Amino acid sequence: MKLAISIARSLLQARWRQTLVAAIGVTFSVGMFVALLGFMEGLNGMLDSLFLNRTPHIRLYNELKPADIQPVMLKPAYRAGHHFIHSIKSKDSKSEIRNSAAIMEALRQDGRVAGIAPKVTMEVFFNEGPSDIAAAVNGIDVLQEDALFHFSDYVQSGDPSNLEKVPNSIILGKALAERLLTNIGERVQLITPEGAQFSLKVVALWQSGIQDFDRIQSFTSLATARKLSGKTGNYVTDIQIRLMNMEDAPALAKFYGQQFNTSAQDVQTVSAEFETGSFIRSLISYVVGVTLLTVSGFGIYNILNMMIYEKMDTIAILKATGFSGRDVRRIFTIMALSIGAFGGLAGLLLGGLLSAGIDQVPFRTSSLPTISTYPVSYEPFIYITGAVFSLLFTWLAGWLPSRKAGTIDPVIIIRGK
Amino acid sequence: MEEIILEARNISKNFHDPVEVKVLSEIVLRVNKGEFASITGKSGCGKSTLLYILSTMDTDYDGELFIDGELMNGKSEAALARVRNGKIGFVFQFHYLLNEFSVLQNVMLPGLKLGQFSPNEVAQRAITKLNMLGIGALAQRKASQLSGGEKQRVAIARAMINDPCIIMGDEPTGNLDKKNGEVVFDIFRRLAHEYRQTLLIVTHDQEFASRTDRIIQMEDGKIICKPDQF
Repeated sequence: MKLAISIARSLLQARWRQTLVAAIGVTFSVGMFVALLGFMEGLNGMLDSLFLNRTPHIRLYNELKPADIQPVMLKPAYRAGHHFIHSIKSKDSKSEIRNSAAIMEALRQDGRVAGIAPKVTMEVFFNEGPSDIAAAVNGIDVLQEDALFHFSDYVQSGDPSNLEKVPNSIILGKALAERLLTNIGERVQLITPEGAQFSLKVVALWQSGIQDFDRIQSFTSLATARKLSGKTGNYVTDIQIRLMNMEDAPALAKFYGQQFNTSAQDVQTVSAEFETGSFIRSLISYVVGVTLLTVSGFGIYNILNMMIYEKMDTIAILKATGFSGRDVRRIFTIMALSIGAFGGLAGLLLGGLLSAGIDQVPFRTSSLPTISTYPVSYEPFIYITGAVFSLLFTWLAGWLPSRKAGTIDPVIIIRGK
Repeated sequence: MEEIILEARNISKNFHDPVEVKVLSEIVLRVNKGEFASITGKSGCGKSTLLYILSTMDTDYDGELFIDGELMNGKSEAALARVRNGKIGFVFQFHYLLNEFSVLQNVMLPGLKLGQFSPNEVAQRAITKLNMLGIGALAQRKASQLSGGEKQRVAIARAMINDPCIIMGDEPTGNLDKKNGEVVFDIFRRLAHEYRQTLLIVTHDQEFASRTDRIIQMEDGKIICKPDQF
């Protein structure tokens, strides 16, 4: 083996110019592959995080719907018959999650759960002069919300922690604030569905990047939201769960829904179209990368073929003095792989540099407040894939020429002289 | 009882392309240890063809071939390569040295492949062989910097590195001038007489052949003159 490596090295050194060109081909394609994939993955990550960062993996809530089991079904006398019931209405108008404190305690004990954040949602009307603007108020635990869903990242101005410190305070969506013609430090009037009127102080402005969201969302502390809805104690309408492993969400959502007797929604159901988009973007970048590598593979194929024609004598004497076809094949495979390995290594470096370069290019958009340069992913798996692909493709490129070298008949060469 | 190094039993060979031609027919041949034999004959008589069959490089023939008492028929390509590596040394008309390597590395190559000795020992042995052939001073030179006669001597050293049972030569002096041819011949004779090295040399040079210990004369694919056939 060592002998094969030293022979391969000498042969490559004798033809170092062509070797260099072939290696540069690999370097270029692996570099582009890595940079392209890093950029694509970065974009994917950014677009996903637009949605996924703020979306709980599982949301427990209480959907207002008619009871599955109506009283008539419970009465023994009618159990055998078929029931026709018209105009079923849901009786319970409360969207409260029952026994929420116990549920949250149980979830905190669950090892699969990374964190939970309770929420109180309600609809209100903001008064702006003569007009009423309908919007949603979310009562949140700012600390939890920040830890799990990066809440403060999306706060444009003002301090979100004031929500807990300043009584009767509110954070408005930026577009909503513009509609209400208010700013931080001013007060807004709102009316609850029950008809109660409140005045709240604006402490911060929030922008999600999705205009339709920003027009109708506002946030208060849990306590303020409970006050607005006239409830006390542990009133909670939503429990947002972030899991250790997002893939578990559909199964766990089903499980929690049954166990806690609530409705449960998993992130995969909500975000199916995001996944499809990410998948297709990744697919395209892989296809382009593989194409680049294939082209550089032909470069290696060429140089090895040429080298075999040039080194017929060498191959013949190696075989005459006791190197088997396999040994010769191995020498040429090592040549191909070393071009792949060194070219690929330099390519990873080049790709890293290109990624770092892209990372510096300014990229500002009003809908993405947290982004200031193009997003680039430095995931190790991109680099591992690049390395594996470069070796795989050079090995494939070297396969035919090495086989040819291995089957050269020394007698024909030697007698031909 | 002489020790038989090489034995050919009824070896025949046909070329199939473009038409069926019989190149060798029913060759029977034995070479004993320490013999300095030459195969000679006119161009096209099949002497080189026979040598390549005897060297195991050409496997397309009928009949049986024994080297060092071992039957070669039916062995795999890799096994035959091992036999060539350990038991046969080659000297061709062209030197076939690798220009990328130094003289010493060229000589060491088959020894490293055999792997019987450590690289240091192989180097030591290679230097001994080079000194024996009077070219020890050239060990560190590149193969491409040598003269024709020197290259051929390096090729002989390379053939000897694994102490083969037999050294085969295909017109080893064919490319050399009179003086260098003489040097190479003297080396062969010294190897045969001083070191009891078996040699089988194909040559069309009648003068060269006549000075070897045994002449195997070939004509039209047959051995015709067998003055010392056993």
